[in-house]
Amino acid sequence: MTRAPAGGRAPPAGLALPGTSPEGFMSETAPAPASSTAPPATVPSRRATGARFALFWGAPPALWQAAFFLVPLGFLVAMTFWSVKNFRLTPDSTLANWVFILNASFFRNAYVYTFWLSVFTALIASVAAFPAAYTLAYKVSPAARRFMIFMLVVPFFTSYPVRIYSTQIFFSPQGIINSALAPLGLGPLHVLNTPTGTVVGYLVLTLPLVVLLQTFALANVPRTLIEAAHNLGCGRFRTIATVIIPSARIGLIVAGTFAFVLAFGDYVAPTYLGGSKPPTLSILIADQVKSGNNWPRASVVAVMMIVTLMVVMLVMIGLAYGRRKGRA
Amino acid sequence: MSMAALRRLLLLAYTALVFAFIFAPIVSTIVFSFNADRFPSLPWGGFSLQWYEAIFADATIQRGLTNSLVVAGATCIIATFLGFSAAYVDYRYRFLGKSVYLALAALPPTVPVVILGVALLTFEGRVGLSGTLQGIIVGHVVLSTPFAMALVRMRLADLDPDIERAAWNLGASPWATMFGVIVPFCLPAILAALFLTAAVSFDEFMIAWFVSGVNETLPVRVLAMLQGQVSPRINAIGAIVFGVSITLIVLAQLLLGRLSGRAARRKG
Repeated sequence: MTRAPAGGRAPPAGLALPGTSPEGFMSETAPAPASSTAPPATVPSRRATGARFALFWGAPPALWQAAFFLVPLGFLVAMTFWSVKNFRLTPDSTLANWVFILNASFFRNAYVYTFWLSVFTALIASVAAFPAAYTLAYKVSPAARRFMIFMLVVPFFTSYPVRIYSTQIFFSPQGIINSALAPLGLGPLHVLNTPTGTVVGYLVLTLPLVVLLQTFALANVPRTLIEAAHNLGCGRFRTIATVIIPSARIGLIVAGTFAFVLAFGDYVAPTYLGGSKPPTLSILIADQVKSGNNWPRASVVAVMMIVTLMVVMLVMIGLAYGRRKGRA
Repeated sequence: MSMAALRRLLLLAYTALVFAFIFAPIVSTIVFSFNADRFPSLPWGGFSLQWYEAIFADATIQRGLTNSLVVAGATCIIATFLGFSAAYVDYRYRFLGKSVYLALAALPPTVPVVILGVALLTFEGRVGLSGTLQGIIVGHVVLSTPFAMALVRMRLADLDPDIERAAWNLGASPWATMFGVIVPFCLPAILAALFLTAAVSFDEFMIAWFVSGVNETLPVRVLAMLQGQVSPRINAIGAIVFGVSITLIVLAQLLLGRLSGRAARRKG
C-alpha cells in the first residue's frame, strides 16, 4: 500500500530519467509514441505495428482497473439511490437512504467515534514511532537499517487477522500479560472489548508502516543540515524540533495520514479487540451487508467513508506541501 | 561521551520495544501452535503437533487452503502482467491523460478494502461473478496490480532508454525488443512482483470475505474461526500462513536486493 501511491506519482521522476542519455537523444524519440519516429523506412506497416504494440501493453491495465475498480465504485454510488422493495434491490432514484443514514444516530455516533479514534491512532502511532525511526535513521549502521526495514515490511504482508487473534490472547483475562501482572499485584487489565483494545489493534496494523515511512523521511534529511545545526550550538532536542522535523515534514505527515487511512477503514481490530462496542463505520457496513442485507444503506456509509478519506487526504497534502514550502 | 552512549542505548532499547510490540503476535502464534495446552498461556504445556494434525484433518480448512492457493496463483500471474504493462507504458510513452491512467492503475490500495469488498460484491452480483473464485481473483488483481507496477517501474528506472532505441535502429521490431531486451532486464522485478502479489492475495481477507460466498479462502476461514472460541488451531493455521507469506516476501526481497546491489555497483 505504501508503494502504490509512490508508483502513481512516479511519472515525473520517471520521465526525467536521472543521469541517462544526453538531451539530444531524449528529445529525438522519447516524446513520440514509439514507432512514428524511431525506425525509418516502411512507415505505414511500422506505424501499425507500433500502435498495436502500444495498445497490447497499454489497454489491459486500464481496462481491468476500469471494469473492476471504477465501475464497481460507480455502481456503489449509484446504489445509494436504489431502494429495497420486498427484500429485492430495485433501481431507483430515491434519496431515502441518504436521509435515513445521515439522520440515524447510530451512524452519526459511529462516524464521530471512528473518525476521532483514527485521528488518535495516527497521533499515537506517529509519536510512538518517532524515536524508533530516529534510531533507525541515525543511530544504526546501514546494514542494520536495511535489515530492520526489511523486518518492518514483513508484518505488512502477513495475516493481519491472525496477528489480531494473537493480540487478543495476550490481553485476555488468563493471557500472558495479566498472568505476568498478577504476581506483581497489578491488573487485571481490561483492554478487550473496549476502545483501548481497538486502538491497540490499530497500532498492530499501523505501527510498522509508520516507523517505515518515518525512517525514510528522516533518512532523507540532509546530514549537512543536522551537522550545521550542531556546529552552531543547537541542542539535540532543538535540532529535532527546529531542523529535523520541519525538513522531514512531508514524510511525517504522509506516515500519519496512512495510519489514519488504515485505521479508519479497518474492520478486524474494532471487531475482535474492541468487541464492536461501539461499532465503527466498517462494522456498520459489514453488518448491513452480511446480516441486514440492506446494500443501499451500506453503500451510503461506504460513500461517506470515501468522501471523508478524500477530504482528509487533500487537507493533509495541503498541510504537507502548503505554506512553508519555500523554507523546506 | 558516556552521556551520548547512554542516550544511544535508551534509543536502541526503545526501538527494541517497538519491534517487540510488532513481532510479539507473530512469534507467539508460531510458539503456541506447538503448545500442548488448549489455552495459550505462559506455563508452556509441552511440545505437541496435535493442532497441526487437527487442521490437516479439517476438510473446510483444506478446502480454504486450496482455494487460497488457486486464487493467489491466478492473481499473481494476472496482476504481474498488468503491473508490468502499466509500468512499461509509464516508462515508454507520453500521452494525454497519462496521469489519470497511472492513478487508475495505482489507486486501489488507498481505498479501504471493506469498501472495495462491498463495491465488488454489489457489482459482481449483477454480472454473476459473486460467490466464485473468479470473483475473488478479480478483486485481488485490482488490489495487487499497483504493487507489481511499482516494483517493475523501479527496475525500469535503471534501464537506459537508449538501449531500446539502439535495438530498434538495428532493425528489431518492438516485439523483439520487448522480449529480447525489456523482459529479460526486468525479470528479477517480475519474479519479485509474482511473489509479492501472491502474498498480498494469500493474506487478503476482506474482499474475499464479502465476495466468496461458500468458496471460502483460508483467511476467510480464519475470520470465521475468530468469531468462535479460542482455538489453538488458529495458531497452527497462522503459523503456516506466516510461513507461506514470509517465504514469498523473503524471495521477493532477495531478488530486489540482488538488483539494488547490482545497480549500486554499476553507478559506483
